Amino acid sequence: MVISKEDIYKILETIPDPEIPVISILDLGIVRDINIENDQVEVIITPTYSGCPAMDMIEVNIKAGLQDAGYDQVKVTTVISPAWTTDWLSESGRQKLKEYGIAPPVKGAHDKNLLFSAERVVECPLCESKDTHMVSQFGSTPCKSLYKCNSCLEPFDYFKCH
Amino acid sequence: MNQTLLNYILQIADNSLILGSRISEWCGHGPVLEQDIALTNIALDLIGQARSLFQYAAEVEGQGRTEDDLAYLRIAREYRNVLLVEQPNGHFGTTIARQFLFDAYHYPFYKALMNSKDETLAAIAEKSLKEVTYHLRFSSEWMIRLGDGTDESHEKVQNALYDLWPYTSELFVPSETDNSALEMGIGVDLSEVKNFWNEKVDEILKIATLEKPQDGWMQSGGKQGKHSEHLGFILAEMQYLQRTYPGQEW
Repeated sequence: MVISKEDIYKILETIPDPEIPVISILDLGIVRDINIENDQVEVIITPTYSGCPAMDMIEVNIKAGLQDAGYDQVKVTTVISPAWTTDWLSESGRQKLKEYGIAPPVKGAHDKNLLFSAERVVECPLCESKDTHMVSQFGSTPCKSLYKCNSCLEPFDYFKCH
Repeated sequence: MNQTLLNYILQIADNSLILGSRISEWCGHGPVLEQDIALTNIALDLIGQARSLFQYAAEVEGQGRTEDDLAYLRIAREYRNVLLVEQPNGHFGTTIARQFLFDAYHYPFYKALMNSKDETLAAIAEKSLKEVTYHLRFSSEWMIRLGDGTDESHEKVQNALYDLWPYTSELFVPSETDNSALEMGIGVDLSEVKNFWNEKVDEILKIATLEKPQDGWMQSGGKQGKHSEHLGFILAEMQYLQRTYPGQEW
């Protein structure tokens, strides 16, 4: 059997992120590459945050998903360089996040590495108001911050840009 | 095996592990929910960094020890973390002051480590720097909020600074390992890190209306494995499970 990268990508597209199940691990941009050698499939992934507890689960899910599709020899390799960035989130991933109630990272935020940068404008994913404020830089998972909308008063998660 | 590289990795890993362990004591005890979550997030980042480093250390050592063996089955004298990170949490202001003093070191340290000739260390530094940037922002903002807050919060955080100050100079005094690693091009020049640290501390304390303590008797020994009495208690709690039920994995 000749294995094609496209086939593997199609399967990976169906594997959700364990914490945010509306987006796939492809949308999230953590799948960096696929190597195919004979019958052996190697999927290369990168963590969003060093301590992300979902990484082990993602590895298990990738193996299970590919094995269900008939690929028996699957290896998952984790690399940390280049470091994951929210720029790797796909366009459809951003849209799905928003529909799910999580504000996607503000694009082109050139203040990523600065300390004390001016607060960026984050749009409320519920009412689309731009009048929001950050409650805490740290949220329910390492990749999110907690925001509150001043218009509709709802709290929401912001997928922080980094 | 490259002994200098191994020692250097462990020195960095131990700082993250012990501080991460310390901060995780706050989980469920934070002053308000948001800050409880913030501290827990920071602890998770640090322990994640420690994990990457211990995995690499186990690989470099190549003696069959795993990341778990290195984290959980060494004795106190074998840990190489600085004394600052093992100091007790105290109240929220003490934890913030300790965090700020360490973050202001951690940030330029990783920034410089990105230029290490050792590719894996450089990659871990690149990844970790993104996280530490948030940490430093968080602890700086809280230093300002507490220092320039009420009379009580000002006094508490000022006293915490006085108490922790003697543990700060050790960060910049190179150990034998630091010197060898620098010579080999894999390590960081601590004098450059110190310049950033001094500027950052001056900048934030000024805004926070806090007084910078004078250098007096400064403590040291952590990098040589000579720890304060606190480390033993941390290890007793941290290693209990692994020593009672050997072979557990992360």
